[in-house]
Amino acid sequence: MPTGAPDEGSIETRTLEAFADTVLPGAKRAPDDTSIAGRSHDAGAVEAGALELLRTPATGLTSGLPEFAELLNDHAAGYAAEHGLSAADGEPPFVALAFEDRTALLRNLTSPGHPEKEFWVMLALFCNMAYDSAAHTSTPEAIAAGHPGLRAMGFAAPDADGLLRFEEYSYGRPLARLHPDTTPSGSPA
Amino acid sequence: MTTTEKTDVLIVGSGFGGAITAYHLAAGGARVTVLERGPWLESRDFEHDFLLGSSYTRAFDFTVGDGMSVLGGNCVGGGSMVYFAALPRAPRFVFERQGSIGRRMWPSSITRDSLDPWYDRVAEAMGVRTQDWSDVSYAGGLWGAACDHSGRTANPVPVAIDKDACVNCNWMMAGCRFDAKKSLVFNYLPAATAHGATIRPLHEVQRLERLDDGGYRVHYNVVDGEDYRVTAGSGAIDAKIVVLAAGAGATPVILQRSEADLGTMPHAVGRYFSGNGERLNTAVVDEDRVRDVLGLARDDERAYEAFQIGKGPCVANWDRLDPSLPEYSRYSLEQLYFPPALGTILAQVPGAPSPSWFGADKKEMLRRWKSWLIVFTMSEDDNEGVFGPPPPTGNAVRLSQQMLGRGPLSYRPTANTQHGWASADAEVKEILEKDGIARVAPWTNDLVGAYTVHPLASCRIGDDPHTSALDDRHELRGHPGIFVTDGSSVPGALTVNPAMTIAALAERSVPGIVEAARARGLDVTYGAPAPDGATSGSGNVLTTAGRRSS
Ligand SMILES: Cc1cc2nc3c(=O)[nH]c(=O)nc-3n(C[C@H](O)[C@H](O)[C@H](O)COP(=O)(O)OP(=O)(O)OC[C@H]3O[C@@H](n4cnc5c(N)ncnc54)[C@H](O)[C@@H]3O)c2cc1C
Repeated sequence: MPTGAPDEGSIETRTLEAFADTVLPGAKRAPDDTSIAGRSHDAGAVEAGALELLRTPATGLTSGLPEFAELLNDHAAGYAAEHGLSAADGEPPFVALAFEDRTALLRNLTSPGHPEKEFWVMLALFCNMAYDSAAHTSTPEAIAAGHPGLRAMGFAAPDADGLLRFEEYSYGRPLARLHPDTTPSGSPA
Repeated sequence: MTTTEKTDVLIVGSGFGGAITAYHLAAGGARVTVLERGPWLESRDFEHDFLLGSSYTRAFDFTVGDGMSVLGGNCVGGGSMVYFAALPRAPRFVFERQGSIGRRMWPSSITRDSLDPWYDRVAEAMGVRTQDWSDVSYAGGLWGAACDHSGRTANPVPVAIDKDACVNCNWMMAGCRFDAKKSLVFNYLPAATAHGATIRPLHEVQRLERLDDGGYRVHYNVVDGEDYRVTAGSGAIDAKIVVLAAGAGATPVILQRSEADLGTMPHAVGRYFSGNGERLNTAVVDEDRVRDVLGLARDDERAYEAFQIGKGPCVANWDRLDPSLPEYSRYSLEQLYFPPALGTILAQVPGAPSPSWFGADKKEMLRRWKSWLIVFTMSEDDNEGVFGPPPPTGNAVRLSQQMLGRGPLSYRPTANTQHGWASADAEVKEILEKDGIARVAPWTNDLVGAYTVHPLASCRIGDDPHTSALDDRHELRGHPGIFVTDGSSVPGALTVNPAMTIAALAERSVPGIVEAARARGLDVTYGAPAPDGATSGSGNVLTTAGRRSS
């Protein structure tokens, strides 16, 4: 079930949400949710905590976020002009783009040779991390709270002490012939 | 006026190259000081946690370069704290490689036979053991069965893991909480400190300066324990001998920064970097085909769904480690677990149109994460990495508080390297897509370049002064008293995991360093047993060392 209120945030929040939603798309939190394009039927990077993670000082990105958002909107405005797309009223230019156009723009910004590639890759990396590892929360707590990314991936829950253990781990039988030149140390000859 | 501290031997970095030399020199009677840039973490510090600031990010260094990114350890124990403890020896043909220089790149004194006694010694010290199929994780078993199904062989890889203590949590990259993984903090490092060596964490060496007495002054910054971008002081230590072991991504940078004081560096410092020809391929397996085609099952319900379970690489295919094949077409294919966060973003959706590293298809692929299988390929690359001008401090400009930095390494893969990668990728696909077992795609190089956890050769040993920075005793050409013993000394890609070879070379370098120390008036001897007192390998080693110094 989608949670949280959409579009309450500033231009910066909505723009970054739209970026995160392009990396790993989610479901709209409400029918008038514009930052999330609604390309998926369940939680994506935004609900997984992308904005919380981006705003965690340990990432080293936090102070640059206003500039990222502004730059992204500049690129989006340029993209819209180039493709003859009309601007939606009151929406930041990146948010106004359709999911396919957001995707095309992100692909362009992160492609080899783009002068700002490293920044956009880093931003995408942290959005991805919010979903696949909840790096802004302690993992045992994230799992206990039903973090959507870790849950979707089927990440196993730790024991009560926060540590993972797997008692069953092996098919337990020979499954291939050994290489004939294996030395007694178990190494290749 | 403050007096500069003094020590006999100053060692930079506490990974394989640093820990092994520290132990032998301290045991031989030298005053040894080890400066380590990362924190000193203990078993209880090792969390199963992706939270930024937990052991996972404190212990790592991820340096993004231009065309190549390097992942390494950043703590006392270096790469051994975050490694997977797969410790095979390099195949015989590797030592005969010519690589880009058109003649044998290893020193003539080193062959697999001449290195074997030193490998024995490391095996004894680290507790390396062979595995059998009952040790192997589901993922390793699946890879072995797939190799067999396509008419190939497969081997459980030798490891330094205590099988009774291991809980198969697959968190070994964040440090082993269960003391099952035999890192350097179980053997060489405690043995070194027992012999009086001092290890100082959070001390990042910046440069060396030559002293009038022929010794060296080593300048360091103290690094803040939480925000590694912050410097908390600085200082210097004088030493008669310096051993550089900061890893292949950092050692050449220290030397380049020292050039103003020390004078011209050998041409090969900061050149010939190799990423060990690495690539990763991610397969999403078809659970039904695993059961029907390979005949594997965990229980009545599940055939596999076990990507998360296990202990790093367990099973490798070595069929292409065939000495009769031409160079750049030999490689090994090793099953591997790479956890989310670091690994997931670079995985591409098999068969999906571009973009396939992000977007709706990628999210669907993450949903099938339990059915992933990663295959790590190690091929023969062309030593094409070059380090540009050094950053202001360390080996990178740090971007986040921990882990992420931007470094001066650039890497433009040649056709040879690309051929190695492409052949390995194609074979993984052939094996895993046979009869619909899985769909496979290689990781993308477009985001952070090629990617290596096995940096090598940026300051390599060799007989030719133009293409090697070190002589075959690991001494820096033209700069007597400076030795390099880490992965940067290895001449080229090894086609297998390198730590065993780095460690064996470090072991082999010690008699030469002891000789140099004695020549500088230090009262040091060589001949200590393995750190735990075992001596079965040392008879051989002492004979070998004796031959060398006579
Ligand atoms: C995730 C992962 C898994 C791996 N798994 C395996 C495996 O299963 N088998 C295998 O053979 N290899 C494995 N490796 C590779 C292996 O860890 C390295 O090859 C090995 O540790 C390299 O040894 P080294 O002595 O060259 O450097 P390192 O072990 O990297 O040690 C260098 C040390 O120097 C420190 N340092 C750097 N700069 C400075 C400075 N300026 N001042 C002071 N200290 C500094 C670093 O913090 C580090 O502790 C793995 C690596 C990674 C990252």
